[in-house]
Amino acid sequence: MDLSTNYLGLALKNPLVPSASPLSKSVATARALEDNGAAAIIMWSLFEEAVTADAESMVRFLHQQETGFGEAEGGFLPAFEDFDNILDLYLDNVRRLKESLSIPVIASLNGVTPSGWIRTAKDLEQAGADALELNVYYIAGDLDQSGAQVEERYLSVLRELRGQVKLPINMKLSPAFSSLGYTVKQMAAAGANGVALFNRFYQPDIDIDALRLHPILKPSTSADALLAMRWIAILYGRIDGLSLGATGGVHTPADSIKLLLAGADVVHLCSSLLARGPKHLATILTGITDWMGEQGFESVTDFRGRVSALTVPNPAAFERANYMNTLDSYSAAAGVMV
Amino acid sequence: MSQSEMVTLDGNEAVAYVAHMTNEVIAIYPITPSSNMGEWADEWSAQGVKNLWGTVPSVVEMQSEAGAAGALHGALQGGSLATTFTASQGLLLMIPNMYKMAGELSPVVIHVAARALAAQGLSIFGDHSDVMSTRSTGFAMLSSASVQEAMDFALIAQAATLESRVPFIHFFDGFRTSHEVVKVERIPVETIRAMIDEDLVRACRNRALNPNHPILRGTAQNPDVYFQGRETVNGFYDALPGIVQRIMDKFAGLTGRQYSLFEYVGAPDAERVIAIMGSGIGAAEETVNDLVAKGEKVGLIKVRLYRPFDPAHLLAALPVTARRLAVLDRCKEPGADGEPLYKDVVTGLAQALSDGRLATMPRVIGGRYGLSSKEFTPGMVKGVFDELSKDTPKNNFSIGIFDDLTHLSLDWDPSYRPDAPGVTACVFFGLGSDGTVSANKNSIKIIAEETPNFGQGYFQYDSKKAGAITISHLRFGPQQIHSTYLVGDDEASFVACHQPTFLDRHAMLNHARRGATFLLNSATPADQVWNDLPRSMQQTIIDKQLAFYVIDGYGIAEATGMGRRTNTIMQTCFFAISGILPRDEAIEHIKYAVKKTYGKKGQRLLDRNYEAIDATLAGLHQVKVPGQVTSTFDRPATVPGDAPEFVRNVTACLMDGHGDRLPVSLMPADGTWPTGTTRFEKRNLALKLPVWDKDLCTQCGKCPLVCPHAAIRAKVYPESLTAAGPDSFQHVQIKGKDFPVGHHVSYQIAPDDCTGCGLCVEVCPIRDRKDPTHKALNMVDAHERHGIELPNWDFFLTLPEYDRRELDPSKIKHAMMLEPLFEFSGACVGCGETPYIKLATQLFGDRMMVANATGCSSIYGGNLPTTPYTKNPDGRGPAWSNSLFEDNAEFGLGMRLAVDKQVEQARELLHVLAEPLGGELVEALLNADQSSEAGIFEQRERVAALKTRLAGIDRLEARVLEGICEQLVKRSVWIIGGDGWAYDIGYGGLDHVLASGRNVNILVLDTEVYSNTGGQNSKSTPMGAVAKFAAGGKASFKKDMAMMAMAYQNVYVASVAFGAKDMQTVRAFLEAESYDGPSIIIAYAPCIAHGVDLSNNLRQQDLAVNSGHWGLFRYDPRRAAAGENPLLIDSKAPSVPYRDFTSSETRFSMLTRSHPEVAEGFLQQAQKHVQTRFQLYEQLAHLAAQTADVPVGAKPKE
Repeated sequence: MDLSTNYLGLALKNPLVPSASPLSKSVATARALEDNGAAAIIMWSLFEEAVTADAESMVRFLHQQETGFGEAEGGFLPAFEDFDNILDLYLDNVRRLKESLSIPVIASLNGVTPSGWIRTAKDLEQAGADALELNVYYIAGDLDQSGAQVEERYLSVLRELRGQVKLPINMKLSPAFSSLGYTVKQMAAAGANGVALFNRFYQPDIDIDALRLHPILKPSTSADALLAMRWIAILYGRIDGLSLGATGGVHTPADSIKLLLAGADVVHLCSSLLARGPKHLATILTGITDWMGEQGFESVTDFRGRVSALTVPNPAAFERANYMNTLDSYSAAAGVMV
Repeated sequence: MSQSEMVTLDGNEAVAYVAHMTNEVIAIYPITPSSNMGEWADEWSAQGVKNLWGTVPSVVEMQSEAGAAGALHGALQGGSLATTFTASQGLLLMIPNMYKMAGELSPVVIHVAARALAAQGLSIFGDHSDVMSTRSTGFAMLSSASVQEAMDFALIAQAATLESRVPFIHFFDGFRTSHEVVKVERIPVETIRAMIDEDLVRACRNRALNPNHPILRGTAQNPDVYFQGRETVNGFYDALPGIVQRIMDKFAGLTGRQYSLFEYVGAPDAERVIAIMGSGIGAAEETVNDLVAKGEKVGLIKVRLYRPFDPAHLLAALPVTARRLAVLDRCKEPGADGEPLYKDVVTGLAQALSDGRLATMPRVIGGRYGLSSKEFTPGMVKGVFDELSKDTPKNNFSIGIFDDLTHLSLDWDPSYRPDAPGVTACVFFGLGSDGTVSANKNSIKIIAEETPNFGQGYFQYDSKKAGAITISHLRFGPQQIHSTYLVGDDEASFVACHQPTFLDRHAMLNHARRGATFLLNSATPADQVWNDLPRSMQQTIIDKQLAFYVIDGYGIAEATGMGRRTNTIMQTCFFAISGILPRDEAIEHIKYAVKKTYGKKGQRLLDRNYEAIDATLAGLHQVKVPGQVTSTFDRPATVPGDAPEFVRNVTACLMDGHGDRLPVSLMPADGTWPTGTTRFEKRNLALKLPVWDKDLCTQCGKCPLVCPHAAIRAKVYPESLTAAGPDSFQHVQIKGKDFPVGHHVSYQIAPDDCTGCGLCVEVCPIRDRKDPTHKALNMVDAHERHGIELPNWDFFLTLPEYDRRELDPSKIKHAMMLEPLFEFSGACVGCGETPYIKLATQLFGDRMMVANATGCSSIYGGNLPTTPYTKNPDGRGPAWSNSLFEDNAEFGLGMRLAVDKQVEQARELLHVLAEPLGGELVEALLNADQSSEAGIFEQRERVAALKTRLAGIDRLEARVLEGICEQLVKRSVWIIGGDGWAYDIGYGGLDHVLASGRNVNILVLDTEVYSNTGGQNSKSTPMGAVAKFAAGGKASFKKDMAMMAMAYQNVYVASVAFGAKDMQTVRAFLEAESYDGPSIIIAYAPCIAHGVDLSNNLRQQDLAVNSGHWGLFRYDPRRAAAGENPLLIDSKAPSVPYRDFTSSETRFSMLTRSHPEVAEGFLQQAQKHVQTRFQLYEQLAHLAAQTADVPVGAKPKE
């Protein structure tokens, strides 16, 4: 049975790609992911803020931790002179993953401004990353900013990155675009090789005792995958050369199969692996092959995109599906005389 | 001879280098000033640095120095080369084991940064009180006098102990040597190897316990043989001086540095000689050289090997011409007829005289100098020589102080200073956190390592943790510098003031010599800055013809993205104008140093440092000094004229930095000092001050609760009183029905005492709906507000306190109307500990006794010059004492026992005197309900009535009862300390006190690290956190002390975090205090040692609770007695990933940089742990009600 798929120009042995998570911080865990079937691995995200905050906190707490108090003269934390900064660590992590794994390693950058930190992309390329994922984790909270300006922010970061590296670039996007399809098309034109749909945001919550905000991130559920499924189905086959990755809410073989049927080249997993460990990948893979056997599919290409907007009889169902159902609920079947 | 490398380091690092290289097991425990040796050893081992035998020494932190000594003893019995580092009380805790190690002839070296002992007060500074207390243990004692010697003698002691089998104390002066930074020759590894005899190492191993050839060591011996057994070792001690000298000679052959047991310098025909050991040798030798060059017949005996004391070597060193000998001891033995070194010398000479080896006995006098790092200068040395010239020189003298009580002190000339050709001295005044010290250390490195010059740096600190002043004393010169004293008056060629606020506080320019350079960091332009200087400073600049430069360090830092970090900028100025190195060359060196530090941290950091250096050179201006004084102001008085006499005469002098000038007669004889003195120490540290918006405020009381310095207060009073206040005084009708009509409330800040931490604004929950950036408290520029708030604060203080009986302390709003009796401490900006202490004093301060463990809380609580503990208008307030670090629980229990016993006796006497006193009063006194403020008030009234009636009763019982009757008013005994005390060194005692059933309140200020000594790991440190002594990350879980305390079932236990749930904290304090039995409150206290700015204190507490790191709960045995589950969980299940908590604190995140995989492993384990721990507590809280038989008190309100 042929599970192989093509993603960002990389030939993958199957469509399961663990998404950015702390699991890639440990080489041993990454190897366990590979052993359990991961076709590629997206590394933990290097945050723009982390790169700058890291440097600031190193200076404040390691190099300039003076107190002026004689008993704590040298400060409070052991001052190793030779600390790696977070970028060094990341690069080292890339190198070690590349040495230990035979699957592609995709580095992940998370930021919102086209500033100097983008230069790190070149370092990542040199360290051996096979591709880059750019996660523009941005909430458009500025009421004076137009949709076009928001999109331009994404595009300018992407262009900056494209200018730095030849590596394939995958854009991880939020669903909050007024015309997602158009935006994705522009991104492809600006050099993106793929998109991952969708980013999940921390949600603000309120602590009613302290009267303060209290951000939370709840693990995804299978229900979260349906949003991505819609958009993958809509985008499938309509932008040349653009890979589609589905992310958020993939917990079961069925979740994966649905997304592949909608047209995903790969499905990304995070919450389910954090909760159940790397072995869960093998479970999902087995589930997919069992289903393919039952359905008589020989390869992923046999069924990928079969239930996309290009292939279903009523593509509008992906767009106004629930409303259509609701609106239609009073109509009798065409063959019934009322 | 091996090629040596020149390195710039301090004494602690020098010793740790040899100790780490020549040992396998290192047992450590933090104590100032020796902690750094353990820290170095731990860091090197964490980095995989190997010892002489190619293995990484095992470094183990113990729970106390007693524990370290035990582990050391065991390691020796196990056949390892082992060592430890300690000082002061730590060394005292090792004494029992030292007798054992010596009795068993176990080769070992204990390295001691010699420090004063706590007597009338604690001192962290250097003298020989500690080592002198061990001289009967059987340890040999080798004293080094400089950083170079400290490194050399560490090795000589190691070699000598192996050969002689006699264990060694190698000691050097705390701070003066342990912390002095100088250029020395590092002993090459091959030299160390050549000094350590492998056969002797093998012999050690062969003597170890080994089941393959078992022996018994450590028997109990009877009168028949113990005595003889003690005499068996004599030969080992007889041989030791010879062995040490041989090893010193061998060392000289390898390094060229020759030492002797007693070393003489000076005139060969000297008539007057001083004998001294330790760092004082530096000043003494300079003086002797100077006086000899001037033709005086003086000399110096440097004492190296103090035990075994070998008079033969002493005699050999002493010139036969010596007629007068002064022996100087750096310790005090009250009641003795001389200090130890003096008596040893006298005995040695007398013995030699009596058996004919000495023809005539010189006149020998003994004296004390330099206790607690008291300055010991060439002027003082000369003072001693001058005394020796007198016909009847004073014996048992002191030098360096003015003793106007017993008149034992000698006079000296402070202006005397030996010639020091080519030496440049510099003094820098900085703020503790502004990087002045590290920049100066860096400058010494540059000068010492990049040029043939030698450098010396010594750093003076005050005892404040917020806004501390540092004074850096630097010397450079073509020869090794032995000036073991501060840069004195008229000595410095360069004086720098890194903070403009110091201008009117310190007479900095006293240090400047004629024609010196003065550098000021100030935002005032060069053409205007002259008039920022007080008149006396202007006069000094004119008189001494100083070159005056100004730089806007903060402006440049801001402009170049350096934030408020000015260290590189000020360092650049120093090199640009001091002329120590050619300017361009110096700037290159600074840039290179910056690159070494920041090169790996990112180009951005590097770029902005370079930019700052270049901008500094452009922004440095010389000020044209007018020929006359033009300022209209001078230094203000330190304390107001109406301050109490003691404060004016003594405290103010200490605050000015002139404590050295105080005579003995002004010192309290028994260590008793007045409270309520921080209010006179106006430090004016805040750059921004909070301003209250009375119309927006809902009067919740959260701001006074979180303020670490009691610098924002709430008070309620009749509105009519405000008529006398300034127009700017803010007040508003108090909300709610709890207060009478016509009462107003103010939330007032103390502008001189606020540190600007912003926590009050952070906690303020009320935002303006129209402008969410505006709260009911807002930070504004201090310049705008300070002048307005000063009269407001003064007026606020005149308003009466509200009647405590009318307040309900279980409501935060009410509790915060109670006057804090802990104010304006020197704790860190944003301190997480002090709000708890302050709260306790608000609730119970007027009847509180405090036993305070040594640590941060004893330093900001009781380090001179001032104390934050204060009194209410009735003169009542916390009575505070600190015993030791290890015994605080027992100390507090002792207070309770005393109170209980006196109460018991008072009650007995009431019965005895019932008739003359009147049955009604006696009954009321005996059966008083003191569970409320009203009840306590009434009991105080009764006691007053009792005193009146007792005065009229002519019976002995009445006199006795008069002395103790005040105890009939309920006392609140508090035992306060940090986690180092509670979890580690004091745990045995704490456990015993918990088990005692007595009514004590234990407050554990849990910073999860030894904060005061600089951030060492404790058993409270959480898994994965990096701390000193845990440089590789803490590998075990935090000890669950609450669970251990709950196991007793009759202990009230609370775990609180005021920043996460303030109401729960207040309830816990009230419940703990009301419980008639032992109570323990474990209080989460974010600390700067966590590597997070404390402006985030409250956020971190919240994160700690929400991530499950810190649980909130209360275990009250009274609930069990009432048939309910005693445990109440006050926090919810962990709701944020543990990673979110750890990634916000450098103590955790730095491990992800140094050991990423290890850090990730710890994180995974810790995440599981917090979840399972929460589940466990939840399960316990939901067990069926207990029916344990525990003391029954009033059931708390819920």
